Amino acid sequence: MEKRVVFDSPWLPYALVAPQLAITLVFFFWPAVQALYQSLLIQDAFASKTQFVWFDNFVTLFHDPHYLASFRVTAIFSALVTAIGLAVALFLAALADRVIRGAKVYKTLLIWPYAVAAAVAAVLFVFLLNPTLGVITHLLRRIGYDWNYLLNPGQALALIVIAAVWKQISYNFLFFLAGMQSIPKSLIEAAAIDGAGPWRRFWTIVFPLLSPTTFFLLVVNVVYAFFDTFAIVDAATSGGPVQATSILVFKVYQDGVQALDLNGSAAQSVILMAIVIALTVIQFRYIERKVQY
Amino acid sequence: MVEHRPVGTLLTHLLLILGVVIIALPLYVGFVGSTLSFNQVTSVPMQLTPGTHLVDNYAQVLKSGSTKGSNAPVGTMMWNSLVMALAIAIGKIAISLLSAFAIVYFRFPLRYTFFWMIFVTLMLPVEVRIFPTYKVVADLGMVNTYWGLTLPLIASATATFLFRQFFLTVPDELAEAARIDGAGPMRFFFDILLPLSRTSMAALFVIMFIYGWNQYLWPLLVTTSEDMYTVVIGIKRMVAGGDTLIEWQLVLATAMLALLPPAIVVLAMQKWFVKGLVDSEK
Repeated sequence: MEKRVVFDSPWLPYALVAPQLAITLVFFFWPAVQALYQSLLIQDAFASKTQFVWFDNFVTLFHDPHYLASFRVTAIFSALVTAIGLAVALFLAALADRVIRGAKVYKTLLIWPYAVAAAVAAVLFVFLLNPTLGVITHLLRRIGYDWNYLLNPGQALALIVIAAVWKQISYNFLFFLAGMQSIPKSLIEAAAIDGAGPWRRFWTIVFPLLSPTTFFLLVVNVVYAFFDTFAIVDAATSGGPVQATSILVFKVYQDGVQALDLNGSAAQSVILMAIVIALTVIQFRYIERKVQY
Repeated sequence: MVEHRPVGTLLTHLLLILGVVIIALPLYVGFVGSTLSFNQVTSVPMQLTPGTHLVDNYAQVLKSGSTKGSNAPVGTMMWNSLVMALAIAIGKIAISLLSAFAIVYFRFPLRYTFFWMIFVTLMLPVEVRIFPTYKVVADLGMVNTYWGLTLPLIASATATFLFRQFFLTVPDELAEAARIDGAGPMRFFFDILLPLSRTSMAALFVIMFIYGWNQYLWPLLVTTSEDMYTVVIGIKRMVAGGDTLIEWQLVLATAMLALLPPAIVVLAMQKWFVKGLVDSEK
């Protein structure tokens, strides 16, 4: 889409885009190029000598069992966060779509975890599930379940999954609810007249018509689990115990700040960039297709 | 709902209430914890009704912080968070309005190049280019400054796209009329386009304010002195002291203070928030 009526000035448009362009160049393109360049170098321990090594850092990474383990953890983590987050939000949205009285109150009560910072959410869950004084830990002990996420890798992963899902549910819920409310009521009514119950109506009408929303949320949630959960991991488990919750984006930070392996860290950044770009392309491909029908 | 089913309706409400209770549980327990004394909060099992130390705990963290880990006053941190959130929200909106205006209302040789350069920034979150960005900021001498805290996060394409979409829907007749009446482009921008964009600006403001307030990784790297900590970082520093030393009642009071401003913004501007969320993801 283009404007028919435009203004004319030899310099004004450049002046108008200048602030955004300057910030983008200095804080975006330059660092991204630096990350690419750094990922092809090796520095010795005292940073006195730098050597250009082509793709050695990447080869090293893919032979590093810790890095491959981090890939696996990230895959499990994002699959769980996405699946649980979408399922719970879909269920709540389907319920909220059914009620007439109080729908707005439920919506208000369900959306505000969105406002809570990921790190704050992590701290709240660490408090609830703290091995010594957590309220829920106490209940679990009562029924004979020993909970200590500081020692048990599976439980540590469970903790960050719970915190990450809790934080993302509001978002998924809002989009699912908006999607459901845009489905014409006449379709639902026609099915009801034909004798389809709520369960059948949901799976044969609502859910298929919701598939654009679901697909969109799928991509958004994977991106969220990959990148926006850094704060949760750092504040709740710091990647432990024994790397059990060290997701990729956390490992970039850990290797860069704590291990001071800047080139290895840069190579990891480049791999992450490739993943985000792939996900973004998938998303836009899909949006283009949606425009057609 | 289509048919009348009292039992189904009742069940729906019960399940929704259950959902709300589960979602609210960590917040409630956190709030209760922030009103107890140190001995109460560390006793097992902890009581689940608010205690009497609410004023003490909140006053202590606001004025002098916790005594372990970090002892920077939370009041200062709240101020830093506020400056950061406002600067990011207003900065993003301002530069995006200008560049979207240029891209929609002018024809110039590098238009498409610029458009794509801005577009690409959508793809790379700050998390994946964190160290090179830090190095740039360090080289510019902006570590521990508000500039360093906010400028790198202002570069984002979402707002530019939203305004571009909106400007494209503004009728051409308005620009035509303005031109016939002899108004220059900037006059048109300030007198016609900006007032029309108020809704989009409000919606974006809510989203960007929350985004800025809740930032974590970037402030963690770029603020090393305590008087520049944002409140989200302050919480992390308080917890970092080790398990038995953590003064949970103070940590939780800080957590409650940290989530209050964005929660108020979401609840008070709920309509804009939902609109902003849905629009900015299109």
